[in-house]
Amino acid sequence: MFPDKAVAEGLGQAAQLAEVQGRSLWKDARIRFFRNKAAVVALYMLVAICIFAFFGGWAAQHERDAIDFALSGPNAYKGVPSFATGHYFGTDADGRDLFARTVQGTRISLLVGIVGALIAVIVGTLYGAISGYFGGRTDGAMMRTVDILMSVPYMFVLILLLVIFGKSILMLFVGIGLISWLDMARIARGQTLTIKNKEFVEAAVAIGVRPMTIILRHIVPNLAGIVVVYSTLLIPGMIITESFISFLGLGVQEPNTSLGALISRGASQMQYGVIWQLAFPLFFFIVTLFAFFFVGDGLRDALDPKDR
Amino acid sequence: MSTILSVQDLAVTFDVRPRGAWPWSSPLKLHAVGDVSFDLAAGECLGVVGESGSGKSTLARAIVGTVPSSHGKILFEGHDLAAMNVSQRRVHRKDVQMIFQDPLAALNPRMPVGDIIAEPLITHAPQTPRAEVKRRVAELMERVGLLPNLINRYPHEFSGGQCQRIGIARALILQPKLVICDEPVSALDVSVQAQVVNLLRELQRDMGLSMIFIAHDLSVVKHVSDRIVVMYLGRLMEQATARRLTTDPRHPYTQALISSVPIPDPVLEKTRRRPVLEGELPSPLAPPSGCVFRTRCPRVQPDCAGARPAMVDLGDGHGVACPHQVPMEAIAPA
Amino acid sequence: MRLLEINDLTVTFQTGDGEVNAVNGVSLGIDAGETLAIVGESGSGKSQTAFAAMGLLARNGAARGEVLFDGQNLLTLPQKALNKVRSTQISMIFQDPMTSLNPYMRISDQMAEVLMLHKGMSKRQAVTEAAQMLDAVRIPDARARITMYPHEFSGGMRQRIMIAMALLCKPRLLIADEPTTALDVTVQAQIMQLLGEIRRDFGTAVILITHDLGVVAGFCDRTLVMYGGQVMEEGTTEQVFAAPSHPYTQGLLSAVPRIDRDDDELATIAGEPPDMSHLPAGCPFSPRCDVVRPECPGQRPPLLAFGAGRRRACHQPWTEEA
Repeated sequence: MFPDKAVAEGLGQAAQLAEVQGRSLWKDARIRFFRNKAAVVALYMLVAICIFAFFGGWAAQHERDAIDFALSGPNAYKGVPSFATGHYFGTDADGRDLFARTVQGTRISLLVGIVGALIAVIVGTLYGAISGYFGGRTDGAMMRTVDILMSVPYMFVLILLLVIFGKSILMLFVGIGLISWLDMARIARGQTLTIKNKEFVEAAVAIGVRPMTIILRHIVPNLAGIVVVYSTLLIPGMIITESFISFLGLGVQEPNTSLGALISRGASQMQYGVIWQLAFPLFFFIVTLFAFFFVGDGLRDALDPKDR
Repeated sequence: MSTILSVQDLAVTFDVRPRGAWPWSSPLKLHAVGDVSFDLAAGECLGVVGESGSGKSTLARAIVGTVPSSHGKILFEGHDLAAMNVSQRRVHRKDVQMIFQDPLAALNPRMPVGDIIAEPLITHAPQTPRAEVKRRVAELMERVGLLPNLINRYPHEFSGGQCQRIGIARALILQPKLVICDEPVSALDVSVQAQVVNLLRELQRDMGLSMIFIAHDLSVVKHVSDRIVVMYLGRLMEQATARRLTTDPRHPYTQALISSVPIPDPVLEKTRRRPVLEGELPSPLAPPSGCVFRTRCPRVQPDCAGARPAMVDLGDGHGVACPHQVPMEAIAPA
Repeated sequence: MRLLEINDLTVTFQTGDGEVNAVNGVSLGIDAGETLAIVGESGSGKSQTAFAAMGLLARNGAARGEVLFDGQNLLTLPQKALNKVRSTQISMIFQDPMTSLNPYMRISDQMAEVLMLHKGMSKRQAVTEAAQMLDAVRIPDARARITMYPHEFSGGMRQRIMIAMALLCKPRLLIADEPTTALDVTVQAQIMQLLGEIRRDFGTAVILITHDLGVVAGFCDRTLVMYGGQVMEEGTTEQVFAAPSHPYTQGLLSAVPRIDRDDDELATIAGEPPDMSHLPAGCPFSPRCDVVRPECPGQRPPLLAFGAGRRRACHQPWTEEA
């Protein structure tokens, strides 16, 4: 009954063998990622930054909006970083604790980046996968929509939105979310066009699997690699966008803050010898971006199918 | 024997838009398959032979229904698959399954093989209990010569031959009536090829499957099939029983094809007379008038450019689409 | 002196999972004007043997041993001298012609470049010469089509162009790595016939690397069978096909369906092709061998001469069947 002897013998033994756990491509990628020293260091740094951003508030000695009048205004130069006063990072020009403000600024910046990337991943991937899979007129209509949205000068629209509907974090999220998925949709569509011609998708069609199930079960998981890599590169982009808007004074509003707003304030105070007001936010900004880029690089190497 | 599949005047054309053309300009027609007719008896294996561009894979896809046919009938147990709408057709899909050429590419790299094999079952009988699904998968894996304890492994952890066994298991889990194999062994190593060919033949016999076996390698097709049809540029050139076709080919194309197949025997091979086919395959965008093979035919006549030659029956189901057919002396001592 | 002689060649690749020996102590030789087939399945090391001999290994690969071409060891030759040999003495053609044709350059420019560089011809001379070579490989209307780009040709025509390019400098050795695997049988027949004529007309020695025993039978003087990076047996093609001396060759020959025979059940070789990172210490074929002996998995059988100029690597004693 069996095609060859060895297999038949092997099957005889199989009864006693436990089920073998497979090694998925994800597991393979994880192993490769953790071999990459630079990426792992960057990942640890990112974790540290997240801990700082979300739990750093507990270590702060001062409220982020409590003004120390002794250190504000013309006395701002006295607000040097010091453990004695509890102002670890010093105070800003208004005499507020810079440590507490940096914690909050990092948190807002990370949130903007992650929320923007999440919208991009969910909306962009699905949109691109659907457009690419169905092809033809559907594809044409969906991709032209993306083209039109892309050709709108989004910074201008974002600024208009913030001016018309008021400057709030929510509006910022909405604005960034609106534009972040466009590139992702294009990338996902391009990749889908390749995957759709693979035989396993044809096999699913031949079996009679419904189109939406094919997209969710066969296309999206195979898009995941490129999507993950792109989103780790997208997060820093989102953070930079937010910083730029906050730098213009249109983003996060007082007493809330973000890294961009902090850097903006710090830069304007530079000439008064209060360099720490720029240095601390800038340090976190740069380290965060670097960490994301290195992790993204590591992920790309780990998920690159050429290595397989 | 009853006829399970009857393909009548099947044609498949694709719209091709030349690069840079306006979206509203009328597309060119690529004739992938033209006026193909054949019958398949229940339990029979029909071989389809042709070179690249012969339309053999498109024919398979039209029957399976992943490519729409533009004309003709595909009667499966009397129902015309080509005339059905999407949901009617979906019901019939469980009876017609397909095995693919590239064993690894035909399996989703992100799914464990157990899920891959179970997919047809879950799609067509979603209420099957999980334990039953697992039992059926394990049973089938054993049947095709895979260890059932590898059910959680991923495709990339298997060799090409094993991947093809997984593909076979997936095609058989619904106990289909017709299995279409598109070049199932051409991507495999020689030593593994024989294993898979034997497995397919054995399964076909034991499960009473009807099979369409598509390949470019005439030696393999001959070994597997009861009957063979030869395709060239989307059209049938000749059909006959496997033995008759390889020993007494009548169409000039079949004759050229057979004399091009190398035989692993140095004495025979080095002394063989080999009329090499000249020229190139014409473009399917503008196939030649009359007989599509006439541009390369060694025995071309002036009238070949006229009407398309009809399939002439020579008896015993041996059909030749050439009015000038002559026997070729046996290619090898019988 | 043989034209090319490879002694104890070992090719090692550094991979993520450690060192992998793709070729393990391979020795072979070919005389001027001779045709040698290297037959093997995927993972047999047949292509890597040729790549290593030509100094074309991927960056993570290293070759040890000796590759003597005309008495010169190619493995220790300085890059410049090696380039000279590679361009004028040895040529290689590949399975996929597009890997060695530049898609953005006209055929005429690609071919002329070779001649201008190595033969010091003028552009006009070089193009004329190139057109003649295309004529020689039977590309119809060569003079007009030489200015076309590679993608404008069919697969068979591209392989002809590759052959024409390989022959431009009249090499003494042509290494053809699966030259017809991607082609249809009728085109394969054309290309093999062409290679045969070229060999006759130019006196070029040819090493044909392939998995297709049928192609070997019609073309090669001698056949070398490889498995798991090692030579299993070698002999004249007639000897190897008529009386294969190694269980692997025997299995391989009986596993191929033949169009001229009615064979009911194909004989099979059990198991899967070798995993090069987990080879047994002894004979690589031992896990699949029907006549395996206790010493086979642990002890590597030496490649010993026997019969009329044949060699085999097997612990099973050889008995010539009557």
